[in-house]
Amino acid sequence: MRYQVEHQTKYQYDSPVSQSQQLLHMLPRETVYQHCLAHTLLCEPVPAEQSSRLDFLGNRNDYLTILAPHQTLLVISRFTVELQARPRFPALIQGPSWEQVRWMLRTQATQHLDATGFMYSTSKVKCSEPLATFARQSFTPDRPLLEAVMALTQHIYREFEFDPQATDVATPLDEVLRGKRGVCQDFAHLMIGALRSLGLACRYVSGYILTHPPAGQPRLVGADASHAWVSVYCPLNGWVDFDPTNNCMVQQEHITVAWGRDFNDVTPMRGVVLGGGKQHLKVSVTVTPLTTVAA
Amino acid sequence: MQPVLNQLYFSDRYNELLDSAGSSRPHWQAMIEQLQHEEPAVMRKRIEAVQRQIRDNGVTYNVYADTHGVQRPWDLDVLPLIIPQEEWQHIAASVAQRATLLNQILLDIYGPQQLLSSGQLPPGLIYGHNGFLTPCVGMSHDDDVALHSYAVDIARAPNGQWWVVSDRTQAPTGAGYALENRTIISSAFPELFRDLNIERLSGFFASMRDSLAHWGHRVAARQAAAVPGITPLGAGEPPLVVILTPGPYNETYHEQSFLAGYLGYPLVQGSDLTVRNGVVWLKTIAGLQPVHAIVRRIDDDYCDPLELNAESLLGVAGLTEVARCGHVLIANALGANLLQSGALLGFLPGLCQSLLGEDLRMPSVATWWCGEPTALAYVIANLDFLVIKPAYPQVQSSPIFGEDLNATQKETLIAKLRAQPDHYIAQERVDISHAPVLVSHHQPQLSSLAVSVRVYAFATPNGYAVMPGGLARVASGKDDRVVTMQRGGTSKDTWVLSSHSQAPFSLLRKTTSSKDLVRENTYLSSRMAENLFWYGRYCVRHLQKAIMLRATIRTLLDYSAEARAGEWPTMQGLCQWFALLPTGDDEEDEDVLWQPWSDDEIEPLLIKAVFAQQSSSLATSVQQLFQQAFNLRERISNDHWRTVNQLSRQFITRHPHPSLQDAMSQIELAINHFVTLTGFAMDWMTRDLGWRFMSLGRRIERLQFMCMLLSRALEMPQHSNLEWLLQVTNNLVTYRARYASQPEWLPVLDLLLTDAHNPNSIVFQIKGLVKYLQEMDAQDSAGGIATELNDCWQSLMALDPDQTFAPGNMTLAAWLDQTYTVTLHLSDRLSLRFFSYTSMHASSGY
Repeated sequence: MRYQVEHQTKYQYDSPVSQSQQLLHMLPRETVYQHCLAHTLLCEPVPAEQSSRLDFLGNRNDYLTILAPHQTLLVISRFTVELQARPRFPALIQGPSWEQVRWMLRTQATQHLDATGFMYSTSKVKCSEPLATFARQSFTPDRPLLEAVMALTQHIYREFEFDPQATDVATPLDEVLRGKRGVCQDFAHLMIGALRSLGLACRYVSGYILTHPPAGQPRLVGADASHAWVSVYCPLNGWVDFDPTNNCMVQQEHITVAWGRDFNDVTPMRGVVLGGGKQHLKVSVTVTPLTTVAA
Repeated sequence: MQPVLNQLYFSDRYNELLDSAGSSRPHWQAMIEQLQHEEPAVMRKRIEAVQRQIRDNGVTYNVYADTHGVQRPWDLDVLPLIIPQEEWQHIAASVAQRATLLNQILLDIYGPQQLLSSGQLPPGLIYGHNGFLTPCVGMSHDDDVALHSYAVDIARAPNGQWWVVSDRTQAPTGAGYALENRTIISSAFPELFRDLNIERLSGFFASMRDSLAHWGHRVAARQAAAVPGITPLGAGEPPLVVILTPGPYNETYHEQSFLAGYLGYPLVQGSDLTVRNGVVWLKTIAGLQPVHAIVRRIDDDYCDPLELNAESLLGVAGLTEVARCGHVLIANALGANLLQSGALLGFLPGLCQSLLGEDLRMPSVATWWCGEPTALAYVIANLDFLVIKPAYPQVQSSPIFGEDLNATQKETLIAKLRAQPDHYIAQERVDISHAPVLVSHHQPQLSSLAVSVRVYAFATPNGYAVMPGGLARVASGKDDRVVTMQRGGTSKDTWVLSSHSQAPFSLLRKTTSSKDLVRENTYLSSRMAENLFWYGRYCVRHLQKAIMLRATIRTLLDYSAEARAGEWPTMQGLCQWFALLPTGDDEEDEDVLWQPWSDDEIEPLLIKAVFAQQSSSLATSVQQLFQQAFNLRERISNDHWRTVNQLSRQFITRHPHPSLQDAMSQIELAINHFVTLTGFAMDWMTRDLGWRFMSLGRRIERLQFMCMLLSRALEMPQHSNLEWLLQVTNNLVTYRARYASQPEWLPVLDLLLTDAHNPNSIVFQIKGLVKYLQEMDAQDSAGGIATELNDCWQSLMALDPDQTFAPGNMTLAAWLDQTYTVTLHLSDRLSLRFFSYTSMHASSGY
């Protein structure tokens, strides 16, 4: 499958900004299943300085410095990716039990070094006993890891309500767990917290998802949003992605931008400005499927 | 004095002073003899001298938790801890080895991570530590040094061996305090200090400065190669090294400003720096200056709100990327906090073998990281003999002594350990050695307290240099198992005996030749310039305020209501201008003319204007001035600071029901101190660029006040009493010397307006301002700041005194209005041109 993604970010400031430095995680990384065909990054005002690098997880970081005084900052990232089919796991009941996986991560760490960086508390995701208890409802003794993760995915999907008003980027995890409401980012963090509290390894994936307009209606421009889901480490299958917001395993409708230990590692756009006063943010995302051209 | 030595001996501890037979150890002999032959009175004097010097030098340690006074005087014992040369050599070699080892570990973890892939370090110990900063992975460092500054707390076990208690790698504190302790204690025992050949500390700081200069030059070369517009540093030109401070509220701010002064580095806050073109720049009033090295006293994750902790208001946005490019040296490298972990201690002997091929010279106190299942089992089984501590700095927990706990508490602790074993370490409880301490109540007395020493190392291109001395600390009281300054311990100087005589040597008096002489402080940051400017303004404003209050109260007391009818409303109006009196304006009813307060009404209002904790009262003004001065701490002399300090303390004292007389004496007191401050400003400060900004502030404030004063006074009736006008402008003495009569309008206005020799005249202020401003204009093509004020001067000189110097004169009133407006512009224009860099930043992210 081929997709074009356009992500527009517009900051409006009450008073002029004299200097703005921004760090972006907006252009997609390469993965086993994903290849980026083309990408552009537009910024208005034109940045005085611009550079990019790959961070140590292989995500693309873009740095912008704007020195022209401005009250509106517009950043547009536009790219085309091609997705390969991911392996399906028709039999999730196969594979090691979650306790075996935990044991391997603890005692054979050197064989799973890629995963060990994703097992511990972070500032946004703090492991806790309530989260472990929550997870154990799905992680019953001896259950195969991936089956249990799918059960947890379903559990979050069924018990939690999608509600953009209920939380913001700063809402702590235990509040999400109590209130049972939130957005994709909260559900991803919740699932990560639950899995890590059991001693498992998982990472936060930031990206986009294809949405389906109601039957008979055209696709609306800008109606989509950034998305987030969870990738779980299984020594047998490698990293397997689950989407608790949509109650599914990730197939060919999820476009990966970056992954990290939590949202803070892969924040789409973070910045520091001088001046500006109060700021108003407007974001619009459009994911368009392109007809696949035979190679 | 006859110290009873054997009472100091406890058999379960090593005693620094006494051997097991109870006689003093050879290296203490000289000190003991001195104590034994000394009169108690002399000893008491030594103690008092030490305390006075601490107070006078303003040595303080801020305690965050203390909401009252931010500062606590530094606590220093008269007796040094004495260490013989041979023993010191072992300590120094051990500390250098440990620094080398820790540096290697740091490089590996942020580099190839072989320690993880070979299983020599468990991943949890790294990835579970919040100090592991992923953006720092892959950074390279000159000469492979990432840990530039290192400190280690060591203590002596009962068998006489020194053990490591903990490592400090984030931003080690205390080296400056050690230096101050040395200055004070060496002068308390000058003969002894000389005769014993105590190792000097200044060489250590000199090598620190040399190393930073060495690496700063490498950075400068890379900057010049990569960034157009940056010229290479000349061979003898010093690189720009700054000390990055969290600000005056940090617990060791005093030390930071002391070290900045001692090393000759600017002390800067995050907002003084900015990142452009891949370089960190210092915002100075002369423009942006490239920074080559930063000695950071800010925690590494707070150093960059763009890439590290977004909530930090202390850091410099973009700093991480500059470090990544090698365009600035940060000491210690970002990420070094990772090593500040008790969990690492148990792994060091093995790592020392594999990385350095040597045995670890000094053992750590036996430590178990509960993250390892076998260690956890051991810890739970042996809780009574262990101390439980956090494994990482991010875990908030005080040391817990197993022996203190009852059965229930133990169960709770064990549950906590089981739930998050990675977060805790257990250490063997060590009965650390005792050192003699001289306590003085009435009679100086020797006592014995547990002691530990913080030893400092700094990297050089040829390995680590270790400071021959250190910051010794003794426990505060009963619980001598924990030694920390935060809990109110006492510090000690540490004397390392040397076999050879010491050359007198101080960093401040190095081999300076005449071409190295510095006449201007090259790097005046915009923030410091702004602080000085406002300090100057506030000093004058508060003095004027106090004088105005005094004149008002005197007039109230000395004259009947009828006798002061002419000037009284004007005086009240000026008090209102200073917001000392409420305006009485009813905004909804502008037609009603304001009526002066009656005598009964005004008396309590004037008392409130002195004492009340309301905005713009004299009491509040004094506290504001204290804050202003605090922000300038490293720029002003100790005497100057002490005056501000005393004044502030005078106003903290409560007066339950103050009378007008109390108010009067409080005002007199304030005026005395303000005048002393003026003296410091005029005579004691170097007239450098910073002084100039302060003077600009003083004169602008003065000019503004005098314009307002005269324009109000000119509205008074012809026959009003003018004596108060002379009083509040400090001109009464001059006037009386010149004219032996009651004050009259023409001579008064001449003296206040156009007498160029009178420092209390308007023209004197204008002349000075124009001179400074023209000098500034000459250095800057933008220029033009002086023009407006110069025009005012010319038109004042053009006025005919006989025609215009009279009450109700419209020409003079217009001139005063105009000049007042110009002073407002002037302040704005100075801000825009010199201080505009100092705006606050805001972070965002979604």
